[in-house]
Amino acid sequence: MIYEYDVLIVGGGIAGLVTALTASENCRAAVVSKVYVTRSHSVAAQGGIAASLGNEEEDRWDWHMFDTVKGGDYLTDQDMAETLAREAPAAIIMLEHMGVPFSRNKAGKIDQRRFGGHTRNFGEAPVKRACYAADRTGRAIMDAVYDQCQAREVTVHNEVFIQKLLFASNRCCGAAGYDIANGKPLIFHAKAVVLATGGCGKIFKITSNGFASTGDGFGLALDAGVPLEDMEFVQFHPTGIYGLGILVSEAARAEGGVLRNNAGERFMECYAPTLKDLAPRDLISRAIITEIRDGRGIGGADYVHLDLREIGKDRLAQKLPEVTSFVKTYLGIDPSDAPIPVAPTCHYMMGGIPTDKNGHVLTDESGAVAQGLFAVGECACLNVHGANRLGCNSLIDLVVFGGKVGATVTAHVKETVMPKLPAQAEYDIENKIRGLLESDGSERAPVIREAMQRLMTEKCSVFRNHDALQEALTEIRSLKKRYASLAVANKTRRFNYELEEALELGNMLKTAEAMVFSALQRKESRGAHYRQDFPERNDQEWLKHTIVYTAPEGLTLRYKPVIVTRFPPKERRY
Amino acid sequence: MEVKFKVFRFNPETDEAPHYDVFTVKANASDRILDCLNKIRWEQDSSLVYRMSCSHGICGSDGVTINGSPALACQKLVKDYDYNKQVVIEPLKFFPVVKDLVVDMEPFFKRIKAATSHNVDGTVADETEREHAQTPEERSMFDDAVKCILCACCVAACPVMLKEDPDFVGPAAVLRAHRYIFDTRVADTEERMRILEKPHGIWSCKSYYQCTQVCPKRIKVTEAILKTKKKILEQLHPKQETETE
Repeated sequence: MIYEYDVLIVGGGIAGLVTALTASENCRAAVVSKVYVTRSHSVAAQGGIAASLGNEEEDRWDWHMFDTVKGGDYLTDQDMAETLAREAPAAIIMLEHMGVPFSRNKAGKIDQRRFGGHTRNFGEAPVKRACYAADRTGRAIMDAVYDQCQAREVTVHNEVFIQKLLFASNRCCGAAGYDIANGKPLIFHAKAVVLATGGCGKIFKITSNGFASTGDGFGLALDAGVPLEDMEFVQFHPTGIYGLGILVSEAARAEGGVLRNNAGERFMECYAPTLKDLAPRDLISRAIITEIRDGRGIGGADYVHLDLREIGKDRLAQKLPEVTSFVKTYLGIDPSDAPIPVAPTCHYMMGGIPTDKNGHVLTDESGAVAQGLFAVGECACLNVHGANRLGCNSLIDLVVFGGKVGATVTAHVKETVMPKLPAQAEYDIENKIRGLLESDGSERAPVIREAMQRLMTEKCSVFRNHDALQEALTEIRSLKKRYASLAVANKTRRFNYELEEALELGNMLKTAEAMVFSALQRKESRGAHYRQDFPERNDQEWLKHTIVYTAPEGLTLRYKPVIVTRFPPKERRY
Repeated sequence: MEVKFKVFRFNPETDEAPHYDVFTVKANASDRILDCLNKIRWEQDSSLVYRMSCSHGICGSDGVTINGSPALACQKLVKDYDYNKQVVIEPLKFFPVVKDLVVDMEPFFKRIKAATSHNVDGTVADETEREHAQTPEERSMFDDAVKCILCACCVAACPVMLKEDPDFVGPAAVLRAHRYIFDTRVADTEERMRILEKPHGIWSCKSYYQCTQVCPKRIKVTEAILKTKKKILEQLHPKQETETE
């Protein structure tokens, strides 16, 4: 089956849908998604979306820009941070006009609250910059954007898993995958493809991400010869529910929650005297692991307490209803009565598919553009989040850059004729599926996946060092070898999730290898990437972005400079 | 401990009729039902299928019928059920079964669309350069409805949909319409109310309260539907003044 559109958007989270909404105004745009689009992981975003509206107190876009740059430990490209911060307020107004039900202040304006690393006057004190809809901000935005897509008849293909980007004469001309419902190949012929596939948290054992976050876009890019950028920068959110990894929003600390060790001490006072529990995520995650390693975890175990008792029952119900509810469900704890056991959880990829600010995918460090190929959202690396993303900067990234990519792709298709479709596409997909269904290999996906998740969490998490990363790389490579003799026991084509998970595992292993390889090479500590053997930031040698390529002999690295405009790198203190 | 799960199995392509398989899973009382299903699929029978994504009750993927009642597999724990007996897992009722616990969701999303979207430009009262004013009190009028995650548990529990009027637009769709009708920023509420008044619309609801009983987000769905009915009567069908009074 062949579908033809002007633009194909792979992934239906907020980035994909905002892109689709914008593009569909002037061209034929369609979204393909592995899950029903309303299930995309954007809906799990809780605490807020950043913009210097100044509804509560004075705020300025350049303060937002500064925080984004400093939060990213100066690996942030400052032109991107400037675009994000300048355009954020208009993006919030656009969302509000679409009907997003933001929480309100007494004056009837969008309410704003504090968040990690958001400051007034270039780091002086916390500022209220996070717009929110209770603690279901992602869900609220998603629902409004989804309803808009429905009203405007945006075409959506749910439960289609894309396996391959298609190219003709060096231009992307569509994508090929299969319909999960019946296992049959589907070809999407388009003048442009936008990757909006989200993150890859599932390569770790403990993650806040959903089952669908398997780095599919990274796999597609690498297979197409597109490199990945800054893959060593993985965000570990400090407050995942212990053991489960489910996110407890930073908003919990914005509303007055504090972290405590086994002695009941508010330990963040020692690590970040000014911002304390509202310091950026990388810093707090390291503080928690340090407390645990020094024997100050609760009862000697590997977690600390997030104490929300000061917030009180009423305010918890009003500001953090989701968090309160799932803490009760999963732990049997009422957060107004007892502290919550938390530990860092893999949350977000700062790195990804290199793009410029209009979403063009870049194929090398000099900025060469892959014709017809775009990326947006978590799977893209605009360098806007640097080495560590600030809370609330992801949702705003999706909306600001989703709109830009939608406009750019519209302009692109207007001046492009439909490229030819490679004849092989359907055959290739059928072969890939049949290869797995007919394989007599002895390996099974859940076994390899579990080994990968365990080793990534043990060796490539908050604290890293050469020996552990080297071991991780060797193990990932051996898992990749085992993956080559993977088979699926279930031979049916109809809703074969074993097949789907086997294909996802291929993407996860490629992503994990790129991540570990990049982490091994970066011999400094910056943002979320902390090397115990190189504990200092080293601007002299490492103020540069990593670009990892697949080559016949394995992976290779090249680098590109960081764009510094307004804020020269300084020591990062909070 | 060991818990027995009796799971509905059906592949309409190859099976003449559905059957049940019983699986024994090593589980803790605090495990999610979804964790148990995953153990079955990853360790015992890879052909078993059900949808899942976020695993903490916000994406709405994993609505299934557990011991006769619709619920999210990721939100219910083993200890929520009498695990000394078999825990029975079946697909959501009302929807056609695609395979095992996976149902065809198109009838659901079609209804959401029918009740909420139409050819009007935007949902807001006017275009300004700032946000529209809305007080916390006004915002609270539709706060409950914003919690909906489109899991379809309410539809699978609705006696009207199951027995009386299978074409009923259903509780989730009315709730979604309610969310816009009670939003002070929305200009075209009358048109939205008229859409709900179409045949098989809001008046098919008989207030059985089953939607409210099963809602994983504890939304007072029936109450929202009743408020909407009241508003429709007041605004579209105001009572005629009688001369005798």
